[in-house]
Amino acid sequence: MRIYLDYNATAPVAPGVADAVCRVLTDEPGNPSSIHAFGQRAKARLDDARAGVAALIGAAPSDVVLTGGGTESINLALRGACDALADSGRRHLITSAIEHEAVLMTLTVLERVGWRVTRLPVGRSGLVSPADLAAALGTDTALVSIMHANNEIGTVQPVAELAALAKSRGALFHTDAVQSAGKMSVQVQPLGVDLLSVSGHKFGAPKGTGALWIRRGVRLVPQQTGGRQERSRRAGTENTAGLAGLGVAARHAAATMADAAPRVTALRDQLEASILRDVPGTTVNGDRDARVPNTTNISFDGIEAESLLIALDLEGIAISTGSACSSGTLEPSHVLQAMGLPAARTRNALRFSLGPATTDADIRTVAAKIPALVDKLRRLTRRVVEVR
Amino acid sequence: MRVVVAMSGGVDSSVAAALMAEAGHEVIGLSMQLYDQRATVDGAPAFGSCCSLDDLHDARRVAHQIGIPHYIVNFEREFKATVVNNFVSEYAAGRTPIPCVHCNADLKFATLAERAAGLDAAAVATGHYARVHYDEELRRYRLLRGVDGGKDQSYFLFTLTQDQLAHALFPVGHLSKPDVRAYAERLGLSVADKPDSHEICFVPDGNTATFVERQLAAAPPSGEIVNSDGQVLGEHGGLHHFTVGQRKGLGLSTGKPMYVLKLVPAEQQVIVGAREELGGLTLDATGVNWIAGTAPDGPTRVTARIRHRHQDAPATVQSSGTGTAHLVFDAPQTAITPGQAVVFYQGEDVVGGGWIR
Repeated sequence: MRIYLDYNATAPVAPGVADAVCRVLTDEPGNPSSIHAFGQRAKARLDDARAGVAALIGAAPSDVVLTGGGTESINLALRGACDALADSGRRHLITSAIEHEAVLMTLTVLERVGWRVTRLPVGRSGLVSPADLAAALGTDTALVSIMHANNEIGTVQPVAELAALAKSRGALFHTDAVQSAGKMSVQVQPLGVDLLSVSGHKFGAPKGTGALWIRRGVRLVPQQTGGRQERSRRAGTENTAGLAGLGVAARHAAATMADAAPRVTALRDQLEASILRDVPGTTVNGDRDARVPNTTNISFDGIEAESLLIALDLEGIAISTGSACSSGTLEPSHVLQAMGLPAARTRNALRFSLGPATTDADIRTVAAKIPALVDKLRRLTRRVVEVR
Repeated sequence: MRVVVAMSGGVDSSVAAALMAEAGHEVIGLSMQLYDQRATVDGAPAFGSCCSLDDLHDARRVAHQIGIPHYIVNFEREFKATVVNNFVSEYAAGRTPIPCVHCNADLKFATLAERAAGLDAAAVATGHYARVHYDEELRRYRLLRGVDGGKDQSYFLFTLTQDQLAHALFPVGHLSKPDVRAYAERLGLSVADKPDSHEICFVPDGNTATFVERQLAAAPPSGEIVNSDGQVLGEHGGLHHFTVGQRKGLGLSTGKPMYVLKLVPAEQQVIVGAREELGGLTLDATGVNWIAGTAPDGPTRVTARIRHRHQDAPATVQSSGTGTAHLVFDAPQTAITPGQAVVFYQGEDVVGGGWIR
């Protein structure tokens, strides 16, 4: 029996999602853009999905663009906004050092074509300081992009405060809510952002689905051109089956969150407490209060994270570190580096990310196995050092 | 038993993994990530083709095909600290290094073996053409040449200690290369007809000098090319461009073919001469490892190999101190090259080896 504690990588589909996908695939062959009955039925499924996502984030359905995933949403938000503001005289972008690669790489590309990019530092607990943002904002700042919850450490940024600062200086604010939407309450109005990116598969929708919420009145230049789908903001025939699954997953997350979030939080805290208690030389990385319910990131002194990850996988327990390089191996985390942690702690950190299906028994099994595995790896490391 | 197989994505280690799995062992495939494959210098790849992303994907595919778990372990720091740094400093010191031995000694049978022990694996298997076996009478492990004489890789394994040999397996060592390929084909392994790797795997386009220069903070100094009488024949752009026995690339017009005889780092000199002057009878080795664990008493008759593609020649070797040995060939050998390994054999057995000084 395998135990899956890598929900920040992806989650199994939520109840009802697989059925909904199959039903659309078999029963709704139409193209949502077609005028006939087939098209109308397909379009209705799409509208339904859009309403589901909108309800999850407290938005109007017409402001939600359905996309092919979180990375696409982020690309559309950042590139689309920059293209729209190209002649505004504003040429400055602000982000944080701990963003997901989807944001960091996209901004690096924009930097190459003439945008100036400021990457804000984070404190030891992974939080962006509003004072730093205030100091970085200039009269030519076009857009600020700061993530809601971090994928590696789960730290939740003070987005409402940061967005208000950006707004006061006339800059747009985008937040990457890929790791928070569906796991905790994410409501666009109180957050006060202009653009918010969501990925479906992180909360039980099929992979290859996502959404971008665009505040009414904010202009974006489409990044994928062609047909007039998604109100001309995203060309291409829609993935009706996958997006129907997204709608179901969003509704399910919204309906169960009040129960699921505290339960997942309690299990996460239980796992964290046992590891900290039973394994000497362990430290939680990131802010322990401002945190998404399902994530804990723990450094284990004196071991390589890679070794513990493999040892746990051989025991049937799937966990992760936050970042993987092109070959799939671990590299020192840019998030933990940005937090100013010593080099060793950026290489010995493991991420446990729980989900709605995680059970008390899962957590007890994992908590019971870890101390002995860590102990063995540490003894081995010490022996090797002595030999040398 | 649980066994870790070091999988490079090539056909030999793929078949090694398949053989171990077929023998009923619980096999875990590990592939070493040795450098950042995306790294570039002036737009060109900073490293060569070994352990490229394609190779890692090949290893992953093969592992899936034979139904074993597979992981890629990040040894970038270790590879740089041991293999690459040694490679560069040896060239800078006027020697011709052989990084494959360090890769085996310092990575596969050291760091990787540590990881394997951490996973409760009893042994590390590799795709080397060599054999290891426990001799009940001698009460120790013996390291033997691979059965396929043309592919034998025992030369690259001379550093292995008894403890390392006790945890080493070479599943293809008793096979010929055609057998290995045929086996891979029979299993339908995707790598069955993948070409063998050649040259120094991490150096792009075989351009060693450029690689060394990029790794060094300052370019190695230039100097003079002289003959054995000390007469200056020309100039050179750094000792790292040369190896003993080299004929091409000297840029001399002396009428007759000239060969590099010796590199003198203290003077930054390249000494050249005629082919007849390349022969040498004796050598001294450092970093000597004796497979038996202790040096033989007194002069010992062996055949000695002074580079991978050298036909081992009769010689007498004698330990000359801790980790050093003196060797006398029966007949002169062409281009005894400092930095290369000398490996001593008795028949099929590897007796020991060291680094030519």
